[in-house]
Amino acid sequence: MTKGAVLILGGRSDIGLATAHALAGAGHPVWLAARNAAGLEPERTDLALRHGVEVSLHEFDVLDTAAMPGFLDTLPGLPAVVVSVVGLLGDQAKDEHDPAAAITVMRTNYEGPATILGLIAYRMEARGSGAIVGVSSVAGLRGRATNYIYGSAKAGFTAYLSGLRNRLAKRGVHVLTVLPGFVDTRMTAGMDLPKKLTAAPTEVGAAVRRALEGQRDVVYVKPVWRLVMAVIRAIPEGVFKKLRL
Amino acid sequence: MILSGWGRTTAQDCRVSRPRSEAELAARVAEGGLIARGAGRAYGDAAQSAANTVDMGGFRRMIAFDDATGQLVAEAGVTLDEVIATFLPRGWFPAVTPGTRFVTLGGAVAADVHGKNHHRDGSFGATVDWIDLMGPDGRVRRVAPGDPLFGWTVGVMGLTGVILRVALRLKAVETGYIRQRTLPAPHLAAAMATFEANADATYSVAWIDCLARGPSLGRSLVLLGEHAALADLPEDARARPFHPPAPKRRLVPFEAPGFLLNGLTVRAFNEVYWRAGLAGLGERLVGWAPYFYPLDAVEGWNRIYGRRGFVQFQCALPLAVAAGALEALLREISAAGQGSFLAVLKRFGPQAGAFSFPMEGYTLALDFPLHAGTAALLDRLDRIVVTAGGRFYLAKDARMSRAVFEAAEPRAAAFRGFRTAEGLAGAFGSTQSERLGL
Repeated sequence: MTKGAVLILGGRSDIGLATAHALAGAGHPVWLAARNAAGLEPERTDLALRHGVEVSLHEFDVLDTAAMPGFLDTLPGLPAVVVSVVGLLGDQAKDEHDPAAAITVMRTNYEGPATILGLIAYRMEARGSGAIVGVSSVAGLRGRATNYIYGSAKAGFTAYLSGLRNRLAKRGVHVLTVLPGFVDTRMTAGMDLPKKLTAAPTEVGAAVRRALEGQRDVVYVKPVWRLVMAVIRAIPEGVFKKLRL
Repeated sequence: MILSGWGRTTAQDCRVSRPRSEAELAARVAEGGLIARGAGRAYGDAAQSAANTVDMGGFRRMIAFDDATGQLVAEAGVTLDEVIATFLPRGWFPAVTPGTRFVTLGGAVAADVHGKNHHRDGSFGATVDWIDLMGPDGRVRRVAPGDPLFGWTVGVMGLTGVILRVALRLKAVETGYIRQRTLPAPHLAAAMATFEANADATYSVAWIDCLARGPSLGRSLVLLGEHAALADLPEDARARPFHPPAPKRRLVPFEAPGFLLNGLTVRAFNEVYWRAGLAGLGERLVGWAPYFYPLDAVEGWNRIYGRRGFVQFQCALPLAVAAGALEALLREISAAGQGSFLAVLKRFGPQAGAFSFPMEGYTLALDFPLHAGTAALLDRLDRIVVTAGGRFYLAKDARMSRAVFEAAEPRAAAFRGFRTAEGLAGAFGSTQSERLGL
């Protein structure tokens, strides 16, 4: 059984690799795209050995938007599925006083992923098939004092995905928004995360695989997050602004 | 972060890091007092260091597989579960496996785990071609059997360095099924005679009713196993020989703990198990999972003993005195009425390795919920083992005293000398090694 290739943007991240394993396990060849892609050779070998699929590495910089059309032309083709897991949490307290750092967070979480997915969407639309997966964040559902630079960029990305889905719904292209809550990754290393709300990267990968198979639109990795965010979003702004969150 | 062993009796606040590269790991090694932690399946405090526990979850890639020889090279954090998931469909199975597949390769080497084929094939270390070991200076050395450092690393619970990579020989199999033969043994002598008479079986293990008394003392069901060939399978299973169906209870009456734990006493359980075993004598085909890993099907089975947890007791006894020592142990246990759901008796074969647990003879393993009388009972059992010249399994130990350990381990002095000479004592250590004075 040959399945279409999956392009992972952000192939070095824990969630990216976990998603690669989940989809390679379903028989999809994998193209891992990241900066310094050659350094991912051990991951390439591991994926290929475990799942018996073709895995290739591709140089990709999410901030280099000018190079993106060229990047797509270097790929073996147009993938069946693209998954963007690119993200940068930044350091909110520091970035508030450092516009350059804040802009990097905004560009990495919104401008870059939206631009590359937009380019791929155009090509998938022309082909009339494909799936686009954007891993955004529950942080984008309401701005909070402790992470609103990251959160606002994710909000933009979530809205972009929503619009893309609206546009492509009748064009044979499936757009999936993934809103993980806390995930135990390098990004959150050292944080004291509540166990019940925290997913392992493998859970995110499995959720992406299921959501692709089920043609879902928006998924939370841990269902409890849907409830948590419903509550957080329902708090009136006048009250919300006084909370420490 | 609060860590404890699988028995849940050794909770301790530990500083835990998860390095992602050799450079990051070397920086941790330089801090000293480090212990590597794999899947946390050792029962006690062997993988805990208050100051410097390293979670090996950052090293879990497979590196190479040679399908001519069956040699797998993988990072130490890869689990046997992953090895089986990847390679059983291609016709390969771990050549030695313990009773759970949720252990890491690094942990399996560190504990030098054994399986039901120890009497024929030895321990896990015997299936390893080489390991990459990070020493106290942060340098990585490839060490193979024959190298003293290899001998001292296998079975010493991580006290010679951090195992980074393992080259492991898998065994070729035609199917994922086991031909299991169940033989009843009405008492201990019969169980031992059954082991001796079936020394050529690939796998052998006995469930032993540790509460049976009098003439039934040590009554057992001896389970023998052989990898099934393709021709052994019924026609309809041959198309998917590596994917046994989810086991039905009719086929495998022994995966019982799931329902047993709801209120039946241990004694009743043992009675039921014995009768179910008698009803199921003879040969049958069993899938690899229920055969090798009956408890893995019960997620979190270590919680059945409640919040206080439980302790495992596992000893090895020299062949010449095993019968008497086992009888003495079983008398103590049955008199105390404190046995476990699944007590296990097994014949060990000869054993290489400078500090490995097995020895030619017998091993008895059982667990006890932790309550008032347990400590005194365990102390009595310890004395019987020490008197017999036996020893204890560090992967199971959570409470042994230094005095008992010294008495049971004439090898400890030489190991301490090696640790000092190689500059390992300050670099690597665990709560267990402190307790035991290693």
